[in-house]
Amino acid sequence: MKTAIVTAEKRVEHITTEVPIMNISNLNVYSKSAHILKNINITIPKNKITVLLGPSGCGKTTLLKCMNRLTDLYSELRLDGTIEIDGQNILTERNRITEIRQKMGLVMQRPYPLPMSIYDNIAYGLKLKGVRDKNVIAEKVEKHLREVALWDEVKDRLKSSAQRLSIGQQQRLCLARGLAVEPEIILADEPTSALDPISSRVIEEQFSKLKDDYTIIMVTHILRQAKRLADYVVFMYYGEIIEHGNAADIFENPQTDILKEYMRVGH
Amino acid sequence: MTKRLFIDKLSSRWMVLCLSVLLLLPLAIGLGLVIKSSDLWLTHALGSLIFSQDWSPSESQFGFWPFILSSLWVTVVALIISMPLCLLAAIFLTQFAPTWMLKVMRPVIDILAGIPSVVYGVWGVLVIVPLVADIIAPMFHNESLGYSILAGALVLSVMSIPYILNMILEVFRQVPVELGEASLSLGATKWETIKYVFLRKGATGIISAYGLGFSKALGETIAVMMVIGNVVQVPASVFDAGYPLPALVANNYGEMMSIPTYDSALMFGSLLLFIIIITINVIFRYIIYKSEAI
Ligand SMILES: Nc1ncnc2c1ncn2[C@@H]1O[C@H](COP(=O)(O)OP(=O)(O)O)[C@@H](O)[C@H]1O
Ligand SMILES: [Mg+2]
Repeated sequence: MKTAIVTAEKRVEHITTEVPIMNISNLNVYSKSAHILKNINITIPKNKITVLLGPSGCGKTTLLKCMNRLTDLYSELRLDGTIEIDGQNILTERNRITEIRQKMGLVMQRPYPLPMSIYDNIAYGLKLKGVRDKNVIAEKVEKHLREVALWDEVKDRLKSSAQRLSIGQQQRLCLARGLAVEPEIILADEPTSALDPISSRVIEEQFSKLKDDYTIIMVTHILRQAKRLADYVVFMYYGEIIEHGNAADIFENPQTDILKEYMRVGH
Repeated sequence: MTKRLFIDKLSSRWMVLCLSVLLLLPLAIGLGLVIKSSDLWLTHALGSLIFSQDWSPSESQFGFWPFILSSLWVTVVALIISMPLCLLAAIFLTQFAPTWMLKVMRPVIDILAGIPSVVYGVWGVLVIVPLVADIIAPMFHNESLGYSILAGALVLSVMSIPYILNMILEVFRQVPVELGEASLSLGATKWETIKYVFLRKGATGIISAYGLGFSKALGETIAVMMVIGNVVQVPASVFDAGYPLPALVANNYGEMMSIPTYDSALMFGSLLLFIIIITINVIFRYIIYKSEAI
């Protein structure tokens, strides 16, 4: 028992030698009837892919929503603790919520393209940021569509409805739309769960490339995917962080029975 | 097995039958009206029937223009009042109000929708007519007896609110929460999200709610008839009395006077109403088709 705790602490030290971008401490989330997140403490390293792993219902989505204050939409949730980005506790911020959200790009479980054209889906965030120059917008639309390898597929129908794209293309569009606001962090909630294997691969490849410029926090319950992508793994179970650390350590040398079991079943 | 297949066949036949009845019904009604009013449109020029203002059945003059205009006036004014009201109320109830408020509003809306139109009519006579005569008309330096297009429109707008509001609430209920989250996560404010995302996503549904509201308001008879004055004239302003098509038919049908072609004139009035409603529907269909293309 003792050794387990020591190794866990060592891991934390190892991580803090990297550049941290987000610091979560003592985060608790309660609903009316349940304690959804229990005392979450983690540091997210910059320019890495952090994977939140765990069975469904363990609170991964909720944790992600805390990070960009989408929890505000659910009046039944009560949060305490801190989430620090750039030295600022975003949970207590009252006025600059839109700016906080623009530090993060969100990719959801299923793509939800905005009810407008492909072009406008990307331009939307830019316009919200105050970009007015049409040429700049056009340039950025192209840049971000290229960034997600969608440009060649849609360049001839930028003005047509985003709804008509295939679901895999829609998901890449949603990624591009998030990138267009030039976030520091990409939050991805099971981004491939609604996609076919090929589209999933494309998204995964994008993520590996994007980590040079962005920090990625990705939720998944697919163990293989976590192994392919993760630099850093956070394993959650019933609202608690059970283990976290470098991907190699976690996957080769899991400490807890719960994670061992999860990995055995996941294979 | 054979029995199940038989029932299967039978049930699908039934459905086809019901559907064809449903499809043939408007056709049959339209055809009936055309035939029943033939005495009129065979003996009078169609142009003068529609555009003439001269209504004197005893001299065989049947100009429907005052009735057509009254109908359109009262409906359009009613909708101008109720459309933005319903939209804003729906936005408020689904996006800003606490959830209990929507829960309280639902039965209230249902009750409003269930009140018989004659009750709205009585309320109109007791409240709206004096309101128009004593307060609203003087405010605009007008004289009015109160029995007017405006009174009809006010009563009609109140009547159409529960109907339209219910449909728009349903439209907003069907917009996925995640779409809102996507917009907010891009840095939009709540209002920007409503304006650029929810309203666009719901545009088709909102327009069809308006279209249905329009058709229903156009055909509403009793309540409007009780407050609009029923004077055959082309109303010069909303403070004038009018005489909408449904009122014309309802007031006079059955009093089979000895005037030849009078009852086929009333049939022709119904036919006009029918045609106007179809035209409105086609227009709204077109708008919906256009808005779906986005
Ligand atoms: N707004 C909410 N109100 C009440 N309970 C919630 C709410 N959101 C999530 N939960 C509960 O919190 C738990 C974690 O949910 P979630 O974060 O979606 O899990 P995961 O994404 O890991 O599958 C679930 O048991 C869920 O029912
Ligand atoms: Mg989830």
